[in-house]
Amino acid sequence: MSSDAIPEFHKAKAGDGRDVSLTNLSAFSGGPGVKSGREVAAIVVVAVIVIGGLEFALRFFEVPQYIMPPPSLIAWALFDEFPLIAPHLGYTLVELLSGFAIGAVVGLILAAVVTQFPFAEKIVAPYILLLVTTPMLALVPLLILRFGFGYTPRIIAVALAAGPMVMINAATGFRRVDSAKIALARSYGASTLQIFWKIRAPMALPMILVGLMIGAIFGLLTAVGAEMVGGGFGLGNRLTTYSSMIQMPQFFAVVLILSILGILIYVLFFLIGKKWASWEA
Amino acid sequence: MNTGDAKTPKLGVREATKIYHTASGDLLALDRCTLHVAANEIVSVVGPSGCGKTTLLWSMSGLHGLSDGEILLDGKPVTGPHPDIGLVFQEANLLPWRNLDANINFPFEIKGEKPDRAWIAHLLDRVGLDGFGGKFPRELSGGMQQRAAIVRALSLKPSVLLMDEPFGALDSFTRDEMNRLVEEIWLDAPTTIVFITHSIEEAIFLSDRVIVLSPRPGRVAKEYPVPFPRPRSMEIMATREVFDLTNAIKMDIVGGRAGTKARRPAETAA
Ligand SMILES: Nc1ncnc2c1ncn2[C@@H]1O[C@H](COP(=O)(O)OP(=O)(O)O)[C@@H](O)[C@H]1O
Ligand SMILES: [Mg+2]
Repeated sequence: MSSDAIPEFHKAKAGDGRDVSLTNLSAFSGGPGVKSGREVAAIVVVAVIVIGGLEFALRFFEVPQYIMPPPSLIAWALFDEFPLIAPHLGYTLVELLSGFAIGAVVGLILAAVVTQFPFAEKIVAPYILLLVTTPMLALVPLLILRFGFGYTPRIIAVALAAGPMVMINAATGFRRVDSAKIALARSYGASTLQIFWKIRAPMALPMILVGLMIGAIFGLLTAVGAEMVGGGFGLGNRLTTYSSMIQMPQFFAVVLILSILGILIYVLFFLIGKKWASWEA
Repeated sequence: MNTGDAKTPKLGVREATKIYHTASGDLLALDRCTLHVAANEIVSVVGPSGCGKTTLLWSMSGLHGLSDGEILLDGKPVTGPHPDIGLVFQEANLLPWRNLDANINFPFEIKGEKPDRAWIAHLLDRVGLDGFGGKFPRELSGGMQQRAAIVRALSLKPSVLLMDEPFGALDSFTRDEMNRLVEEIWLDAPTTIVFITHSIEEAIFLSDRVIVLSPRPGRVAKEYPVPFPRPRSMEIMATREVFDLTNAIKMDIVGGRAGTKARRPAETAA
């Protein structure tokens, strides 16, 4: 940025780039939180009514199991089949964690570097947009041709799905220059590196966390999708297997596991955000 | 008080000219602005909004360079941020992700120096922030945030303190309180202070001299000595002398804005 920039304090409040992301930090201000006893009771009552109602309706109208098994059968299948499903959960987690780690690290580094050079950013931006908007799942058949049916194509697909999400959100964060805060650091003789670590990075942190959360969820989608395309293992493979054998309770048990994984990802980043980025809420 | 002509002034601004190069053309913000500040003098700078006050202060602090002219600290040119010059920004400008202690520690982290704990504790006590070290900026009132910003600036023991409309966002009671606090701090340990404000009363209450800048491009239009002894009481502010002085300054600012002679051809030509 120009060393001449004098912050327009009152304007800066309104929109210094805080609102240009896929989501925003309301993700960290609302959402799950400490609930009172009454709220917990209400949540449990509603859950019992919904699940019980579903159970009753499915049985009463004699809905065939291959359309939708009742919740009790899904729960039983989850319990009964879990020893067989568990290794596949492990494979999926390995793909998700390694692909996400690679994508997140590359995405963060790219975001940090590119936002330091507005010109470079203009050049890279369209490609990143392309990466964000293209479903990486589409590349999986190609990756399988090249890398076979092992972990490799899946990890690459997860990294390609998560990385750009992390990058685009982190870049939004890094772009949020508050010239007054940078001037503050410079008035004490801060170096560019110090300005990065002590001002830009903490200011970007809330957006980085949003990017990591979205990236992880996209990574999960992509991992499961890639497993459905080919290769004999992983939760996605279980979905195709169970559905082809019309084992619907087992099928829905896997769906349930995937939902729980997604929720855990959300809650994890929500809690991290609450701890480290709540200064902004 | 000596207004700085006798010996080398503590802070000198000589023919300071600043042109901003913007997308829509060049903008002359300061035009051969010259002023001197003596050691331990408090000088206020007032002027219509947009006349170049912040530009002048940032130049004095070494945060940005001049297009022409120079800034002298103890007779030596200032070419970049200087450890002897402390800056208090237009808003408290605390880092919201750090608590008060960590905010005050920030300059020392940047400089890789050890903070003088006893001095900081004394300052915190002085401004009434003792015991608030663990609070985050959002938990503090506007006045408390600005006190913290003052402590942060003074913690480095600068010999010159530059303040840019530090209390502009505060309500008038808090502002009066902050003005008395600045006076007390100065009486405790006199330093050279350049104080930018758009409140003429604040300028008169605090300073030895009030400098009126012309509308953009800023240059010194008028100077008024304020000869009242310190500590100044609020009663002084109700005297005839202060009333006349306030009106004179107000007329300078309003009159200067209405007049056309302040507009220089250089502004459009450059
Ligand atoms: N970084 C900048 N780039 C371009 N113009 C600027 C910049 N900073 C300030 N200006 C312009 O210079 C003039 C003086 O600004 P400033 O010093 O902030 O005035 P003041 O503090 O007296 O209100 C204004 O017209 C303002 O718009
Ligand atoms: Mg200003």
